[in-house]
Amino acid sequence: MIGLPAYLILGALVFSIGLFGVLTRRNAVGILLGIELMLNAVNINLVAFARFNGDVAGLVFTLFTISITVAEVAVGLAIVIAIFRVRRTVEADRLDLLRG
Amino acid sequence: MSTTVWLIPAFPLVGALLNIFFGGVIGRRAHWIAVPALAGSFLASCVLFANVVPGETLTTTLFAWVVAGDFETSVVAYIDPLTAVMLLVVTGVGALIHLYSVGYMHDDPGYARYFAYMNLFVFSMTMLVLAGNFLLLYVFWEAVGLCSYLLIGFWYTRPAAAQAGKKAFIVNRVGDFGFGLGIMWIWSAMGTLDYDRVFKGAAELPPATATGIALLLFMGACGKSAQLPLHTWLPDAMEGPTPVSALIHAATMVTAGVYMVARSRALFERSPVALEVVAWVGVATALFAATIALIQTDIKRVLAYSTVSQLGYMFTAVGLGAYAAGIFHLVTHAFFKALLFLGAGSVIHGLGGEQDLRKMGGLSSRMVTTTITTTIGALGLAGLPGLAGFFSKDEILAAAFVTGRRGIWALLLLGAFFTAFYTARMLFLAFYSGPRMTREAAHHVHEAPGVMTLPLAVLAVLTVISGVALGIPSEHGTRFARFLAPVFPVHDGGHGGFAALLVLVMAVLVFTAGIALAWVVYMAAPIRADAIGRPKTVVHALLLNAYYVDPLYDRVIVRPLLALSEFLARVFDLRLIDGLVNALGRSVVVWAAGIRHLQTGYTVNYALTMLAGAVAILAFLLSR
Repeated sequence: MIGLPAYLILGALVFSIGLFGVLTRRNAVGILLGIELMLNAVNINLVAFARFNGDVAGLVFTLFTISITVAEVAVGLAIVIAIFRVRRTVEADRLDLLRG
Repeated sequence: MSTTVWLIPAFPLVGALLNIFFGGVIGRRAHWIAVPALAGSFLASCVLFANVVPGETLTTTLFAWVVAGDFETSVVAYIDPLTAVMLLVVTGVGALIHLYSVGYMHDDPGYARYFAYMNLFVFSMTMLVLAGNFLLLYVFWEAVGLCSYLLIGFWYTRPAAAQAGKKAFIVNRVGDFGFGLGIMWIWSAMGTLDYDRVFKGAAELPPATATGIALLLFMGACGKSAQLPLHTWLPDAMEGPTPVSALIHAATMVTAGVYMVARSRALFERSPVALEVVAWVGVATALFAATIALIQTDIKRVLAYSTVSQLGYMFTAVGLGAYAAGIFHLVTHAFFKALLFLGAGSVIHGLGGEQDLRKMGGLSSRMVTTTITTTIGALGLAGLPGLAGFFSKDEILAAAFVTGRRGIWALLLLGAFFTAFYTARMLFLAFYSGPRMTREAAHHVHEAPGVMTLPLAVLAVLTVISGVALGIPSEHGTRFARFLAPVFPVHDGGHGGFAALLVLVMAVLVFTAGIALAWVVYMAAPIRADAIGRPKTVVHALLLNAYYVDPLYDRVIVRPLLALSEFLARVFDLRLIDGLVNALGRSVVVWAAGIRHLQTGYTVNYALTMLAGAVAILAFLLSR
C-alpha cells in the first residue's frame, strides 16, 4: 500500500519540474508547458487528499482545475500566436517592452 | 400681523430678484417693478406702525435657521416702536428716492441692474432693522455693506468708482471684524444671541465683559456709520450715483450703527466706559468732519462730510443716554439730508454731470423747484428755528447740557456753527451767487423732470413739518420721545427753565452767526471761481486734504501691508512653500530613477522573484 507522502512527493517533484521549466525555458510555448505541469502537480495533491481523507470536494476541485486549465492554454496559446505575428518571435527574453 | 411684517422685506426682495433674473427682458421698464415694490413695502410699514402697541414687543418667527446642539437661531422679527420708526424711514425715504431715480438714471445702460441693487439694499436694510437676534443682524449688516459696495462701484468702468467701492468694503471690513468678535463674545458669555435674552441677561454681566462687548460692537458701528477713525470710506463713496448717496450714504445704511447702539443699549449701559467712548468719538467726529466740510469744493463731498458730522451728533446723543434724541436726529437727518443729496443730484443733472461748486452759481432763477426745496433742506440741516434739524439738534444739545456735560455741549455748539456755515456756503455758491459756469454749460441748465422734483417737494414738506409735529419739547419729552418711551425711558425735567432757554438761544445765535459769516464771505461781494477752495494758509490745505488722513493711512497701513503681501507672495510662497513641494517632487524623481532598474521587463525575472517571495513566506511560516 502506497501512503499519502508518496503522492505528495510526486506532486512536489512534478511542481518543481514545472517551475524549473517556467524559469529556464526561453520559448513561450515551453513556459506554458511548465505552467501546465505545475497545475497538474496541484491536481495530484488534490486527488491524493480526496482519496486519503475520503472527501469528494478534492475531486470536484480537480475537475474545475482541468477545465480552467484548458481555457488557460487556449488563451495562452492565442496570446503567443498574437505576439508571434507582431514580433516574429516567441522568445520570452526578447519580449521586454515593459523594462523600466 | 406677522404676514404684514414679512411683507415689508418681501416686496423689495421679489423686486430685486425679478430685475436680477429678467433684467435683460425688462430693461427700461425696471422701475415699474422696483418703485411699486417699495410703495408696497412702505404701505406695509405704515400698517405695522399703526398696529404697534406701545410697551409691547412683538416677535414673530419665520423659520428656525440654525439648529446645532444647544445653539439655536431663528429668522425672527423683533418689533417695537423703534423698529416701526426705522422701517417707516427706510421704506418711505427709500420709495421717494426710487421714484427720483427713475428720472436721474433714465439714460443709464445699467437701468435694471441699478433698480435690482436698490431693491436688494432696501430688502437688506429692512431685514437689518427687523432682525430679532445678533446673528441675523450681522448677516444683513454685511448684506447692506455688499449693496453699498455694488452701488458705489455701480459705474464700474470708472477706476475711481471701482476703487471707492473696494475702499468702502475693506474699511467696513475692519469695523465688522470687531463687530463679529463682539457677537461671538455675547454668545460665549451668555449662550444666546436673541435680543430678548441678551438684553435681560446684560444686567448680570461682569462690567469688564460688558465693556469689551460694547466696545467691539461699537467698532462695527464706527465702520458702518463712518466715525473716526474709520470714516475715510464715506466721502469716497460719493463716486456712486447721487440717489445712492442719498439713500445709502446719508439716510439709511450709515445710520445702522446708531440704530444698533441704541438697540443694544442694555449692553452699553452696563459699561459707563463704553458710553463715554461712544459720546467722545461722536463729538470728535462731529467737529472733525464739520471742519473739513467748511472748504470742500465738490458739492457731494460737502454733503458727505456733513453726513459724517451729523452721525457724530447722533452717536454723541446715544452715548449720553439720550437715545430718543439720537434716533429723532436720525429720522430728521434722513429727511433733510436725502433732500439735500437729491437736490444736489438735480443740480448735477441740470449741469450735465458737474459737481464742482466753483463752476456753479446763479441756479436759483433757472431751477426754481430745486432751489426752493434744497434751501429748505439746507436750512433744516443748519438748524433754522422751526425746521426739523433745529428741534432734533436742540434735543441733543439740551441732553448734553442737562446731563452736566458742558464741554461736550460747547463742542457740539461749535460744530453747529460750522454746520450753519458750510451749509450756507454750499447753498450760496450753488444757487445764489453769480454764475461761474462756462457759457456752453449755462445754456444747457434745465430744471429736473417732475418725477425728480416730486420727491424733493415731499421731503421738503417732511423737513418742515416733522420738527413741529414731533419735536416740540415739553415737560415729558418730545412727542417722538414719548412714542419711543417703551424702548427708551424719557428723562423728565430736561426742559424748562433757564437751562433750556439758554440752550435754545445759543443754538439760534450760532445758526445766525454761521449763516451771516457765510453771507459776508461768499455773497457780500462777487466771488471769482479760482478764489474758492484754493489753499491760502496751512489750515486751508489741512482741511482741504481732510487732515491728510488718507495719505497717513496709505503710508502707515496700506503700503506696509501691501509690502508684506508682496513679500509673502513673491518670496515666502514662491520660494519656501512652492520650494518644499517641488523638492518633494524632485526627490521622488531621483529615487525612482534608481529603483526603475528593478523593472527588467523579463517575465522570467518576475516569476523568479515570485518564487523567491513564496519561499521566503513559507520559510517564515514554517520557522514560527
